[in-house]
Amino acid sequence: MLQIRNLAAGYGQLKVLRRVTMHVSAGEIVTIIGTNGAGKSTLLKTISGLLRATDGQILFDKRDIRGMTTEEIVYLGCSLVPEGRQVFAPMTVRENLLLGAYPQYRRKAGNTAHRDIDRVFSLFPRLKERERQLAGTLSGGEQQMLAIGRALMARPRLVMMDEPSMGLAPLIVRDIFSIISALREEKNTVLLVEQNAKAALAIADRGYVIETGRIRMEGTAEDLLANRDVQRAYLGRDLDSETKVI
Amino acid sequence: MYWEAVKECMDRESLEQLQLERLQSTLLRVYMNVPFYRKKFDDLRIDPDAFRSLDDLRRLPFTTKEDLRTSYPYGMFAVPLREVVRIQASSGTTGMPTVVGYTRNDIKNWSHLTARILTAGGVTQNDIVQIAFDYGLFTGAFGLHYGAERLGASVIPVSSAHTRRQVRIMQDFKTTALLCTPSHAVSIADTMVEMGVSIASLSLKYGLFGAEPWSEAMRRELEDRLKIVATDNYGLSEVMGPGVAGECLERKGLHINEDHFLVEVVDPESLEPVAPGQTGELVITTLTKEAFPVVRFRTRDLTSLLTDPCPCGRTLVRMAKVTGRTDDMLKVRGTNVFPSQIEAVLFEIEGTEPHYQIVVDRKGGVDEMTVMVVLSESLFFDEMKKQRELIERIRSRLSAELGIVVEVRPVEKKTLEQSEGKARRVIDKRKL
Repeated sequence: MLQIRNLAAGYGQLKVLRRVTMHVSAGEIVTIIGTNGAGKSTLLKTISGLLRATDGQILFDKRDIRGMTTEEIVYLGCSLVPEGRQVFAPMTVRENLLLGAYPQYRRKAGNTAHRDIDRVFSLFPRLKERERQLAGTLSGGEQQMLAIGRALMARPRLVMMDEPSMGLAPLIVRDIFSIISALREEKNTVLLVEQNAKAALAIADRGYVIETGRIRMEGTAEDLLANRDVQRAYLGRDLDSETKVI
Repeated sequence: MYWEAVKECMDRESLEQLQLERLQSTLLRVYMNVPFYRKKFDDLRIDPDAFRSLDDLRRLPFTTKEDLRTSYPYGMFAVPLREVVRIQASSGTTGMPTVVGYTRNDIKNWSHLTARILTAGGVTQNDIVQIAFDYGLFTGAFGLHYGAERLGASVIPVSSAHTRRQVRIMQDFKTTALLCTPSHAVSIADTMVEMGVSIASLSLKYGLFGAEPWSEAMRRELEDRLKIVATDNYGLSEVMGPGVAGECLERKGLHINEDHFLVEVVDPESLEPVAPGQTGELVITTLTKEAFPVVRFRTRDLTSLLTDPCPCGRTLVRMAKVTGRTDDMLKVRGTNVFPSQIEAVLFEIEGTEPHYQIVVDRKGGVDEMTVMVVLSESLFFDEMKKQRELIERIRSRLSAELGIVVEVRPVEKKTLEQSEGKARRVIDKRKL
């Protein structure tokens, strides 16, 4: 579904992505793990057209989307759940969701919007309870649910999520991740960027490890969880102390 | 039947995307973790970040068996030893052994890849698999063992026991699939005859043979004598062991597990890539190995790539049965000659035995090649005219096959030099 080859991007003189080659197949949950500043968010911003790539190819359903505007990319079926949720605070939950259906209206399929809201509510019963509440009054976890729900309203074929667990309490993080894995049951395709590597790998099919703007490792989530380098650097396992002979 | 249909039947574009991803991260990892590669890349001013396509691989230097030997034992490992769960070594018949390692993930991948080969060769979870490879430092037995277990078959790890014992177990345990070298399979068939065991009393269905080159004639012989479907499989310890490639039931070449191994076939002299279908040396780059990755490893094995689609549905490219080793290659009057080509011709002609010797000499600056052939005893003492006709037939067939003029001389079997039980195929008297 998504094929990226030799992608490079950055901010002015600062090169963040050096050479990223990766793919996401239909129906997969793929996660990108890496430390702060490794290029995870930059990658999602570049795919969604918020940032210009300086080199490489981004193929979405075999079509080069590099250079297209963000609206065009969303319209093609590739939506981003941005870092920090970015919900519209002075609007109600329902209004936020309807705004997410904008590409459906453009596709002259706006009549699906109300049915889709029901679908989102069945995924997130909490949002249904707060349907008429202003988004700004929601808790962090609820805002994250709203941000995901809003992205789903566009009926995307690929949902990209940037750090959905950021700033949330551990219990809420668990809820969010179980919702993401529920998306797979509904045949959604997800590209998930996360600092919480353990939680991300637990629900993903495959993963990529990004380091200083390049893919250092690729593999099934199971293989990455078993890899010692990943354990040491991203899963917080202190192998050096474990192997010490007392 | 496939083991990992998604991978084995992948479309070319997706496969190449996956290969590029894995190649780029492999090159980064070997550069960062293996001093040998770091030095080599630095010396040649190769930036591991600069690889943008699979074709860029050609700019990289080759890795040879010699490189692996000089880094004995652990110099080429890309992970610290505490991450290695298994150490194996190559036989070392041609010099110092090479030591290879596997992480937990490597062993898991190895199991899946040999399970693919076994599935392609007809084996299912209902089979009783007799493994008659040597269990030890040699990679053959363990690799296939893991795959067969992963598949759910019943595995009998007989190891390389005496052939009589193999036959007895085959009979008593109702073995349905035999895994060994083709030459071992021939001795097992011979022993069955000696022991008076009829093939009807066995349950054999499949034979998966590997670890040495064997001809189509030998396949026909084994299939006929053991009443099995015989498939070839290929691997080498430097790259992983068995599981690199294996035949499907079509028996028209070995499907290479391209999502884990990137292969090239190059001219052994110029080291330039040859066209698909042309014979050359197989060169392998590992794409997923963690403990012991190799970049452009020269296998010394001669084969060709078969790119036409296979009716079995696998999209993985096939390699022809290995026809020989570059070490055996002879250069006669500028033409490459392989003993296996001569063997194939002799196999086809009735009245000859597959015993021969090639003598090359240089007279007056011109290379002369003589093939000494052993004729069937009846013919050797038969009338001269018949013998002369046969020799002439062999001569013209060989000359046509090799593209150079060849002399043929009939000899008796005992006159051919023997060295340590192994036939000496080539005598090169030229002072080059």
